[in-house]
Amino acid sequence: MLGLRRLAVAASVHRPVRRLSTMSPPTSPILSVQPTRGLVDEKLKVVVESLPPGSPVTLHSLHHSEDEDYWEAFGHYVSDFRGMVSVSEDLSFGGTYTGKEDMGLLWSMRPVPGSRKGLRLRKMNVCSPMLHNISVYSGHVSEGFREQTPLTSVLVERWYMAPGVKRIDIMEKGVRGTLFIPPGPGPFPGLLDMWGGGGGLIEYRSALLASHGYVSLAMDYFNSQELESADLEFKYFETAFNIIKEHPQVIPDRVGMFGLSLGSLVTMHVAAESTIVKPRCCICVSGSHFYPRDRTIKEVIMEPRSNSHRLRIDENNHHVWRDMWIHLLDDPSKKVDVGKINCPILLVNGKDDQNVPADECAEDIALLMNAAGNGHLLSRVLYPDTGHLIEPPYSPHFRASNFKAAGVATKTVMLLWGGQTKPHSDAQEDAWRKILSFLQHNLYSSTPPRAKL
Amino acid sequence: MMDRKQCIVKLFVQPSRGLVDEKFIILVQKAPPGYQLTVHALHKCEDGHSWEAFGHYISNAIGTVNVSEDPSLGGTYSGVEQMGLLWSLRPVPGSKPGLRLRKMNVQIPMEVTISVYQGHQTEGFMDQVPLASVVVERWYMAPGVSRIPITEDGLTATLFLPPGPGPFPGLLDLWGGGGQLVEYRASLLASHGIASLALDYLTPKITMETRKMVDLQYFEKAYKILEQHPQVHGSSIGMLGLSLGTSITLKMAAYSEVMKLRCAVCISGSHVQPVDGSMEDILKHFNKNADRTRVSEENEFIWRDLLLPVPSDLAFKVDMGRLKCPLLVVVGEDDQNWPASESAMDMKEMMEQAGNSHLLTVLSYPNAGHLIEPPYTPHARASLFRSMATREKMMALWGGETAAHSLAQEDAWRKLLVFLRENLYSGTNPGTPSLSHL
Repeated sequence: MLGLRRLAVAASVHRPVRRLSTMSPPTSPILSVQPTRGLVDEKLKVVVESLPPGSPVTLHSLHHSEDEDYWEAFGHYVSDFRGMVSVSEDLSFGGTYTGKEDMGLLWSMRPVPGSRKGLRLRKMNVCSPMLHNISVYSGHVSEGFREQTPLTSVLVERWYMAPGVKRIDIMEKGVRGTLFIPPGPGPFPGLLDMWGGGGGLIEYRSALLASHGYVSLAMDYFNSQELESADLEFKYFETAFNIIKEHPQVIPDRVGMFGLSLGSLVTMHVAAESTIVKPRCCICVSGSHFYPRDRTIKEVIMEPRSNSHRLRIDENNHHVWRDMWIHLLDDPSKKVDVGKINCPILLVNGKDDQNVPADECAEDIALLMNAAGNGHLLSRVLYPDTGHLIEPPYSPHFRASNFKAAGVATKTVMLLWGGQTKPHSDAQEDAWRKILSFLQHNLYSSTPPRAKL
Repeated sequence: MMDRKQCIVKLFVQPSRGLVDEKFIILVQKAPPGYQLTVHALHKCEDGHSWEAFGHYISNAIGTVNVSEDPSLGGTYSGVEQMGLLWSLRPVPGSKPGLRLRKMNVQIPMEVTISVYQGHQTEGFMDQVPLASVVVERWYMAPGVSRIPITEDGLTATLFLPPGPGPFPGLLDLWGGGGQLVEYRASLLASHGIASLALDYLTPKITMETRKMVDLQYFEKAYKILEQHPQVHGSSIGMLGLSLGTSITLKMAAYSEVMKLRCAVCISGSHVQPVDGSMEDILKHFNKNADRTRVSEENEFIWRDLLLPVPSDLAFKVDMGRLKCPLLVVVGEDDQNWPASESAMDMKEMMEQAGNSHLLTVLSYPNAGHLIEPPYTPHARASLFRSMATREKMMALWGGETAAHSLAQEDAWRKLLVFLRENLYSGTNPGTPSLSHL
């Protein structure tokens, strides 16, 4: 085994070395990962064969991000007496994840030692896949992977976009965004997809939703001039919603809204107050309902600065925002009038959300809606030890990361999101499944009055 | 008839991006129960021609059709055929005759549009709007496989290396009398962990420039490229040939002093050739009996008799007794192009007499034709072929009945991969048969 490794090291330098020809054929193990090209929410089957029986090996995954950082995950295994390791069936004895975890090599990824601090992994170009090098190392290795040659490795592609999904830049009537359309004639239900206070045009969730059959508009709602007044604001979201609704491949009365963090808040606000936008259903992930009436979104973003005395900085120098608005719970004028929402709404929250008091808000929303008589429209899930950034499954968890509020001249801070990696990752997987079934039920269920073809 | 507007049918194909030899699952859901549906596949190939396949189904009580479990009641395939939508692809009506589907650029996938139509349709698909459709990619190259053009030593070849540090077993991959540099089988084998070299030996640059056929050292040079490559395990190199490629493979396996092949695979070929002959001599030998060419009722050329009967003169067939490595021979019993079956029988007899028949495995497929290729790609019973001898394009009859041929391709490929893995990877000595599980 050692001799083979030395030869392999020479090989990796790619010199045309004249090698001694040995008598025995290669005894390297055989690694198979299925699928080699999959969507990010599909499970992987990782199997290693032809190992010596009962031998310790490390399964490792390496990703080089668009920001040029390296992320890795690894698990320590012992082959069985057929010389096999099956990640979905065997236990990991150590590494970045332990136990029986079929997707541990992805969700437990973290920046490699020596990386910059406060990193967050997000795919910005959805037209290309994320590439992961999955490798098998001899023994139980915990560091120095780059200096060693693995026994074998494969490359796996993870896509946010299924083949045939169309990506269209939208710059229409003042709305800036990207529209994703599923393959096929349609018509399809639609979704307005909004992220949070970091701003920018984040496409990956929309691309993935389109891969599941929804026309999705990822919207940039920060940098527009339109956000200068509350009236104009409504107009902006109404315009965006109508762009989807009026698209020839969209069923007009099957358009919903999907928001995370600030996007959740916007979703609730528009669903409650707009006389024009009638979403068929709403999904609100990690959102609060604190929305001082008659204020603009820009002003809401600015709110933290006026409450800076309520800002807490923890022992790691992370900014904790969760308590900054909790005093608003008692003031109805500072909250979205959720009693006016008249479509099904799903709240997805983490109990350890350190950015927003998601738990308390969800309770309050339930109280308000029950009092108003529309409580039957509300569904909520609350995940233990789960933080603020509840994203599509198998993406890495970060308890804190660098954050700069969009459109506001502030410095970058390390914001605490919360959550413990394993429960947070379980929550992402479960939440995505529930979100997809909620959408299926509300936007795809039978007997719709269909749009003309 | 059900109003189409009320039918939001959902269609899933898993995986949406797969290798050419991977199976897929096609599910239609949310159709009305007991509903007639046509599942259709459409592919536009690199030459711009359109190919289609379709199956007729009836949804079950919950409105589902599962192509891997439900029978097709008609169309281009029938019965329970998980991959029928690919292997039964045929040129759309109105296409020119004699087409053959071959992927020349392996760096991009084949795109197939899978659609569901209302009712049991047999034509006019392009004029209708389907109920749903998805796009599926079929790749000849796994992610991380490197494609390396080889031009040194006068070779025209492409090397495909699997991802990872290696070292890998190696394979020389030869096609047949049509020439060209055909890469797709080599790239697929590299996707299975074997460093594979696709070699053009009939129309390489050097032949096109000098007008001279390559000599036998050409193949030995290709072998050396593999043997000396830092990521290839020099003593684990095999050779695979189809049709004329079989002739070269057997010649090298039996007579080459340079090539130390670990194993060999011969598909749809023969051992009949002038033993001391060059490339040119081999081709001339085949044309000696050109008058034995037959023509079918559809004006297709049948060339299988040119090498028959199998000679008893040892100057005209490879001495199979000289083989020292395991040999897998794959033949289609309806091969109309080469007398592969008869040759396989003679090879077996020769090896039995010589005492090395334990090295031989013959896979013989009833109703399969000449072009036994990687699975789930369309079968061509006949196609336009540019003969090396006459340089004219003629309609060659390859043979095979589509369903049986496609089954043969699937079975042969699976057994070929096992054979290669056993012989190129195992710790046993060459010559030990370990194919009992085939």
